[in-house]
Amino acid sequence: MTRELLEGNYAMAEAAVRAGVEAYFGYPITPQTEILEWMSHRMPEVGRAFLQAESEVAAINMLYGAACTGARVMSSSSSPGVSLMMEGLSYIAGTELPVVLIDVVRGGPGLGNIAPSQGDYNQIVHGGGHGDYFPIVLAPASVQEAIDLTVLAFDLAEKYRSLAFVMADGSVGQMMEPAELPEMRPVRKERPDWAVTGAVGRERRILSSIYLNVELEEKTNFRLLERWYEVEKNEIRYREYYLDDAEFVIVGFGTAGRIALSAVRAARAEGIKVGLLRPVTVSPFPAAQVAELAQKAQAMLVVEMNTGQMLNDVLRIVKGACPIEFYGRMGGVVPYPDEILNEIHRITREPVSPDGDPRLRWMQRFTPGRGQ
Amino acid sequence: MDTSVSTVKNQTVYIRPSALTDTPSHYCPGCTHGVAHRLIAEIFDEMGIREKVIGVAPVGCSVFAYNYFDTDFVEAAHGRAPAMATGIKRLLPDRVVFTYQGDGDLASIGMGEIMHAAGRGENITVIFINNAIYGMTGGQMAPTTLPGQKTSSSPSGRDVETMGFPIHMAEVLAKMEGSGYIVRRSLHDPKNIRLAKKAIRTAFEAQVRGLGFSMVELLSSCPSNWGITPLESLKWIEEKMVPVYPLEDFKVAPTLAGLKF
Ligand SMILES: Cc1ncc(C[n+]2csc(CCOP(=O)(O)OP(=O)(O)O)c2C)c(N)n1
Repeated sequence: MTRELLEGNYAMAEAAVRAGVEAYFGYPITPQTEILEWMSHRMPEVGRAFLQAESEVAAINMLYGAACTGARVMSSSSSPGVSLMMEGLSYIAGTELPVVLIDVVRGGPGLGNIAPSQGDYNQIVHGGGHGDYFPIVLAPASVQEAIDLTVLAFDLAEKYRSLAFVMADGSVGQMMEPAELPEMRPVRKERPDWAVTGAVGRERRILSSIYLNVELEEKTNFRLLERWYEVEKNEIRYREYYLDDAEFVIVGFGTAGRIALSAVRAARAEGIKVGLLRPVTVSPFPAAQVAELAQKAQAMLVVEMNTGQMLNDVLRIVKGACPIEFYGRMGGVVPYPDEILNEIHRITREPVSPDGDPRLRWMQRFTPGRGQ
Repeated sequence: MDTSVSTVKNQTVYIRPSALTDTPSHYCPGCTHGVAHRLIAEIFDEMGIREKVIGVAPVGCSVFAYNYFDTDFVEAAHGRAPAMATGIKRLLPDRVVFTYQGDGDLASIGMGEIMHAAGRGENITVIFINNAIYGMTGGQMAPTTLPGQKTSSSPSGRDVETMGFPIHMAEVLAKMEGSGYIVRRSLHDPKNIRLAKKAIRTAFEAQVRGLGFSMVELLSSCPSNWGITPLESLKWIEEKMVPVYPLEDFKVAPTLAGLKF
């Protein structure tokens, strides 16, 4: 295979086709409509199911039904559409079905805008749907990674009978970069032993998320939690940049992490010993890695394109082992590397308070609409 | 000795359909959900399709429908059964996929999904239980509640000025180009039950023949939430519901008209 100039949305869609996705259901919403459009011609071309649903509510429930047949299935949407899917996502989690959903996150809350954002971190990572469930969430920072993580999402979803999200922001979805698509995989023919396919020559099968018996529901909750610990043990993925001798550590995922890397490189050119940890799985979160880095770091800087949703997780993990600062842009604004470089200068030149609320400190030096 | 008499004596005239499991019913005494279940199971036996059937249960009193049918089954979110059935049917087009839904499920929260399933001509069968009330949550007003009917959330009776009018789903869905068979029947007496069975059979035949969306609306009783006896309930269907919800064929694809079974 060769590298081609690919747009993130088309690349994720084609990656899913090549990973053997058998059904796609979706509803148009910017900045991910290209996925739906690509699937609308590509899926029929390869003899697979495509349907433009009447809403995201319908799309997620079509996906729920399709997943019950044991087939490889997916949908995609952007923030408001994903909000509408939450009930269905919870049902899918409760029924323990493998489902892949791409969320190309946009600015919010409400109708917000169509610019890149990371404002869905809490909704996806900590679960916007009801009840106890634990989704796998992969956060790409480039078109190539978006391709690779889309393929991985199917494998992880099936391995753990779990929801697997690809949480990309609008810039990953809409930028063009050279990237390589995987080979076409054959569609998986065999069906898992729980799939509902018609009780031909076997006992009937029932797929449901209802457990009126509270002890059975408690057992289900516990089973999902145990499975989650398996996921945490096996599937944490992250990228490290310049961390070996780093005295200062930046943590950022997706596009924010990628922009932070440019700032880290610029700082390194100035001789500043700063490195970057970019979580690739934001769920499961690379908690041990962050905790270990905090032991050695003089200070940590969390960079996000939201008001500090991941910051809360980092604070919980670091437990005051090192001072933490936060820098965020919100509402669809993407930070420039220079803004992050300024933050690096600040934490390396001035002492960072080990107490207090890093978010409050950031608010005090921040001008909405302008940055620092 | 007259042998014909003894033959008649030993003849089995009433057995559990094999598509129905041997499970005690959770439905209230006098509720017609059980009658509808049995009719559907009899038809699976008669058509020999039990192994091909995938059912979609709703949220409502029939949330546990899957306990009673010896077929593969899934359990949908409230109102979303037609979307779930669509997902299954699109992947398994040679299977017989049906939803079983109440009036709150189908005509209120699930209005979008049912309309679009019919609009697409989704090749599924819908059994629609219209009991003019929300059974499972304890007798609140449904979109099908009759004008003036008292429910736990319309305690002085449904006032159409503020609470609107009953929604006639069979009539509405028959207007959709994608629908192939849309009728309303009732379960209030043996004659109507026989007619209901024939309609359910025709609806499944429509699906097997690929004629698009099929639905049988069944007027049903809910003695517990109507607050009257089972017998009074059957009378109430006949006297109060049938005039509002006429038992008619609203759409019958031409190829179905001459079907004999
Ligand atoms: C999203 C959501 N909203 C509300 C409910 C609560 N609920 C459960 S059953 C039901 C009404 C069911 O009534 P109907 O569809 O008429 O069926 P019946 O119980 O009468 O057979 C409601 C409102 C729910 N389970 N999910």
